[in-house]
Amino acid sequence: MSKRVLLGVLLACGLAAPALAQEPKAGGAINAVIQPEPPGLMLAMVQNGPVQMVSGNIFEGLLRYSPKLEPQPELAESWSVSEDAKTYTFKLRKGVTWHDGKPFTAADVLFSLEMLKQTHARARNNLAQVDKVEAPDDYTVVFTLKQPFGPFLGIFEVGSMPMVPKHLYEGTDWKTNPYNNAPVGTGPFMFKEWQKGSFIRLVKNPNYYEKGKPYLDEIYWQIIPDAAARSVAYETGKVDVLPGGSVENFDVPRLSKLKDTCVTGAGWEFFSPLAWLWLNNRQGPLADKRVRQAVMYAIDRDFAKDVIWNGLGKVATGPSASTIKYYTDDVPKYPYNPAKAKALLKEAGYKGEKIRLLPLAYGETWQRWGEAVKQNLQDVGMNIETIATDVAGGNQKIGDWDYDIAFTYLYQYGDPALGVGRNYVSSAIAKGQVFNNVEGYSNPEIDKLFADGAVATPDSKRKEIYEKAQKILVEDVPVAWMLELQFPTIMRCKVKNLITTGIGVNDGFKDAWLDK
Amino acid sequence: MLSFVAQRVVKGVIVLLAIVVLNFFLIRLAPGDPAVVMAGEAGASDQIFVQQLREKFGLDKPLPEQLFVYVKGVVTLDLGFSFRQQAPVSKLILERLPATLLLTLTAFAISLVLGILFGTFAARFAGTWLDTAITIFALIFYAMPIFWVALMGILLFSVTVDWLPSFGYETVGANLSGPAHVVDVARHLIMPAMTLGLFFMATYTRMTRASMLEVKRLDFVKTARAKGLSDAVIQRRHVLRNALLPVVTLAGAHSGTLIGGAVITETVFAWPGIGRLMYDALLQRDYNLLLGVFVICSAMVLTFNLITDLVYRLVDPRIEFTT
Repeated sequence: MSKRVLLGVLLACGLAAPALAQEPKAGGAINAVIQPEPPGLMLAMVQNGPVQMVSGNIFEGLLRYSPKLEPQPELAESWSVSEDAKTYTFKLRKGVTWHDGKPFTAADVLFSLEMLKQTHARARNNLAQVDKVEAPDDYTVVFTLKQPFGPFLGIFEVGSMPMVPKHLYEGTDWKTNPYNNAPVGTGPFMFKEWQKGSFIRLVKNPNYYEKGKPYLDEIYWQIIPDAAARSVAYETGKVDVLPGGSVENFDVPRLSKLKDTCVTGAGWEFFSPLAWLWLNNRQGPLADKRVRQAVMYAIDRDFAKDVIWNGLGKVATGPSASTIKYYTDDVPKYPYNPAKAKALLKEAGYKGEKIRLLPLAYGETWQRWGEAVKQNLQDVGMNIETIATDVAGGNQKIGDWDYDIAFTYLYQYGDPALGVGRNYVSSAIAKGQVFNNVEGYSNPEIDKLFADGAVATPDSKRKEIYEKAQKILVEDVPVAWMLELQFPTIMRCKVKNLITTGIGVNDGFKDAWLDK
Repeated sequence: MLSFVAQRVVKGVIVLLAIVVLNFFLIRLAPGDPAVVMAGEAGASDQIFVQQLREKFGLDKPLPEQLFVYVKGVVTLDLGFSFRQQAPVSKLILERLPATLLLTLTAFAISLVLGILFGTFAARFAGTWLDTAITIFALIFYAMPIFWVALMGILLFSVTVDWLPSFGYETVGANLSGPAHVVDVARHLIMPAMTLGLFFMATYTRMTRASMLEVKRLDFVKTARAKGLSDAVIQRRHVLRNALLPVVTLAGAHSGTLIGGAVITETVFAWPGIGRLMYDALLQRDYNLLLGVFVICSAMVLTFNLITDLVYRLVDPRIEFTT
């Protein structure tokens, strides 16, 4: 029922597509929910989800990405790649100013890259292949790579590489710079006010370089810590936009049915969140591939999708989400088959050893999913003990490899070299950290494939390499892939063009307008 | 009296320092590393980044050295720096403290006034339907968890009849000032303050009722009655005043629990106070901020207790200030 209703709403929104052709109207304010409260708004210093969501309006990157993850101009108006695929030349947009009126130039880009290498872990990794960066003039930036790096054009969105004003940060202590609390960017909206614990207010940048944009006068990001209270805030008309993940999934069908409500699953293509179970490959029964395969067969992932996630998302086929580059579903399949799981466990000689399961402390949906998985695994004879922790405690256990099975979900950033390899190559095994290869899977063939895939040219070669890697991984089951998650954005239908790129609400509201 | 207060303050400072040291270790006993939490949120966690964060937090230093640095700071009224929020802890707490004080003091006043009032009525009409009604009313609010009362309140007063706002401290974007702003904040305050207040009201109702019934049986009440004093005067001047002592004790002891209740209330109603700040700091292992909130809460509880002792003297002049 709920699935059908949701599908109906999604379809209705799709059929309403002609509305997109309407002439945008200027003016008005949007009230959106932000959760949890961002620790700061200086995107170069802190990069968690809520920071990106708010600061994606204040700061900008050189590029943004379409839903199909094709690069689009932002602060760079054009770019070219040399024949040997080692030199990338970006032409910057002219006439762009920071919110304080100073011009944005190539010097800002050079400074930002230096700063991000020290403050932004993901940017540092992404830039590891860069040999040098030069600015032959104020509006040209040239990157020279050590070797060709396939996903290079995919690392320039605002969350991955925000541009920082050199004139406000150079020579200061970045950590205590007063502009961290009143950020100055080039984006369509300017920071105005932050009532801690209540709301963050952004106002229109009247000097924005795209004439006529943004259309909205103001954005209020309302901070509401309780998921039920966020649902009520939408229901009672106090907020207009619930970005993906703002409310518990079981509330989505109910809210979707409210009058003048539109729902979209778009805007997550760049991140492509994929949920899986870490399986500790090092010790105990899970060190045996057959037991890991048994886990895949034992879990009813369709049930998880249809019941726990209310029909949202898609059952994962392997390490890559279907929305990122070089995905293939031509891999071994693991349909729900408890009998096969039992047979595999028997073959592996599993004798009921205790297996510790760490659910993810991200709220009710995840807790229910933990219970469902526990039941699935118990049904095939596995002795599961649930370990309850909060997020910080869970991360520590996972980082210290002190677990057997643990829930997680991670972003994939559009390309296997950016968001997939890190979880399977043996060079990413490092105790004390999370989100790398914490399962301890080590396969020289996979190491080589991911190393080759990152630098191979042309594209067809990369495709071939990554398809092969996916097949090997799915056969080995280093982790148990569950679902490609979908976090629907719920909003009033009067809010138009909220999501126009593959980065979704994290890309700012510069195209959004209100049909009053 | 002054020397009593001075001595209590000195003792309070010593207790506070002991609390600081104890909390310093307790927080670090909990699993979870702030550097890993932050690195994880950044979507990457390579060794260099985590190590950089540990150095920034001072977490790479030996524990006794970290403690020494922290206590030295507290003694000079410096509660440290929240690296997560990139701001001094004292600034973060001061931004939120007024909202919490407004919420807890209003809830405290509601609970005491209603509790004593209902308790007095219940005792005065003991055994009647009014007594039963008040007792049931009190028990309901005592038995229901605060978050549940909060959610039911929201469902009834915000969603169904739409009389009161469901969250926040003020109407965002309304830019009200003067009396209109006061009314706006008051409307936002009603539900959280009632939710928190009704829970404690239940306790005071029960305590006042029991205590008054006990005092009523004492000889001096009979004497008062024999003197021909009216029932109202006996209840107010003789019975209630004597019966209030245990209520005052309980109210003093409740100051800590009240702040605990504020954590839940502030979370459900998105009330921007330090209860929520504490909750977030705990989840994120923001050690300095968490310790800072603990220090302030402990100081508040110690102050409440001192006030309770002073109020004792007002309620019962027989009690002397001895240290």
